[in-house]
Amino acid sequence: MSGPAVLRESGHFFAFCLDTLRGLGRRPVQVREFVQQAWFISSVSILPAALVSIPFGAVIALQLGSLVRQLGAQSFTGAASVLAVVREAGPIVTALVIAGAGGSAICADLGSRKIREELDAMQVLGIDPIQRLVVPRVLASMLVAVLLNGLVSVVGVSGGYLFNVVMQGGTPGAYLASFQALGQLPDLLVGEVKALLFGAAAALIASYKGMTAKGGPKGVGDAVNQSVVLTFMALFALNFVVTAVYFQVVPQKGS
Amino acid sequence: MGVEVAVRGLTKSFGGQPVWSDISLTLPAGEISVLLGPSGTGKSVFLKTLVGLLRPDRGDIVIEGRNLPRLSERDLYEVRKLFGVLFQDGALFGSMNIYDNVAFPLREHTRRSESEIRAVVTEKLDMVGLVGAEKKLPGEISGGMRKRAGLARALVLDPQIVLFDEPDSGLDPVRTAYLNQLIIDLNQRTEATFLIVTHDINTARTVPDNIGLIYHGHLAMFGPREMLLSSTEPVVRQFLNAQRIGPIGMAEEKDAEELQAEAQAGAELPPLPPIPVQLQPSDGRRRRAERPPGQWCRDHGVEPPPGSFAGPDGQRTVELPAFLTRDGVPG
Repeated sequence: MSGPAVLRESGHFFAFCLDTLRGLGRRPVQVREFVQQAWFISSVSILPAALVSIPFGAVIALQLGSLVRQLGAQSFTGAASVLAVVREAGPIVTALVIAGAGGSAICADLGSRKIREELDAMQVLGIDPIQRLVVPRVLASMLVAVLLNGLVSVVGVSGGYLFNVVMQGGTPGAYLASFQALGQLPDLLVGEVKALLFGAAAALIASYKGMTAKGGPKGVGDAVNQSVVLTFMALFALNFVVTAVYFQVVPQKGS
Repeated sequence: MGVEVAVRGLTKSFGGQPVWSDISLTLPAGEISVLLGPSGTGKSVFLKTLVGLLRPDRGDIVIEGRNLPRLSERDLYEVRKLFGVLFQDGALFGSMNIYDNVAFPLREHTRRSESEIRAVVTEKLDMVGLVGAEKKLPGEISGGMRKRAGLARALVLDPQIVLFDEPDSGLDPVRTAYLNQLIIDLNQRTEATFLIVTHDINTARTVPDNIGLIYHGHLAMFGPREMLLSSTEPVVRQFLNAQRIGPIGMAEEKDAEELQAEAQAGAELPPLPPIPVQLQPSDGRRRRAERPPGQWCRDHGVEPPPGSFAGPDGQRTVELPAFLTRDGVPG
């Protein structure tokens, strides 16, 4: 894509985001669609998220285990695991699952509606597809991302605990007691804020790509592909920015 | 009663490529108009511009004193409530069954109770002959049924203007005949303004009150049915009579050499076929917009081709010359 085309496309995307923002306040609120979408997104993302986060917690325990033992700091395994899972792994796993499972489904759904002229038909019937379809999807994705982040944190930390205690012979008490050594409440909060932003970004990109799909069934496939790739890139960039701001704003323990 | 749609100097292009330019026409209130044109001349684009789904580069579309291209998004949604559009494949919502599809506009726009909605939906489904198929999903029914369901949905809010995007594409001749009869009957009953976009000349010759022809990026002609059917203007004549001889070639437009060769070869145009009688409402009563056969020709001193308007008034079956039917070989 040439320079001006990229600029135009991002301009359209931001206009789309503003339209969605404006649609948030518009009545009637699409409660039914919101609940259906929230249910749908969670049904496709809970299992993958849990299955990804168990090995993730275990890998952290594995990486830390031998190193920490050599330093004689086994009692801090729990602290490191909480820090890694809650601060970074949670939001990132959430982001990947929301973008990969939820976002691709949203994009494919809206894209096929677009090429079947359903969205045109809706507009002609006097209904704004952004308000009717996009807003509930964005809200549902945000809600599910926040809840999913909680789930990933719990499952990840439990995975680390199991691995540390059962496989590496760590002490349960030390693992649990050190939770508060490095981590603090704002870590969890920033994780949730990240998840909220990721959920919004993933749903916005997926909806935009879906609603601008063109060129028949192949166009929908391309749109889904692009939306997943773009969402991954955007989410990692967003993650970096939020993390950088967080470290500037909230004082860290032990620093 | 239908409303008038006045289009002035409408121009649309995609990425610098003009689709059509400077189209001016008035769809008279309550009448049926057909917009014809070879494939790929932007007929569907015109339709989408008319409902504000696409913004024209220039020009006005005035409906009830409001100029569509200049309206804000919110006002546009208000004006769109005047419209009912039948999309090419019906554009039904794939996740809802036929009943919910037809009920959708009522549920979104009105505060009617479910029993009132049921009454309206059943009436519209009855009108298009789909009673009994309410519980089916759009994926489970045939293309013709999807079209009729789309029509029922387009009519459910009692629109003042109804647009049909190729109602006859992909339908067999019998279903097309039924659909054309349905269009005439609906116009009689609702008195809304109808615009049909098609390239089926059988439909164009027998259904409308007015015909327009888009060719080579502009409106070649727009006017009463008899005016176009008796016209000797080369493009109009070629298209409405499905002939090979004339300015329209396989690739949109013949070049000058080809035309010259044609002229030198002395290709003679076959005589204009007779003008058929317009399709009548099935209950035998007149439509408000209907004009007696041959009136335009008499008023304007035009001699209709011999054999025109054959058969007594109100006769519904119209005999077309063999080369005009779908199975006949054009020319």
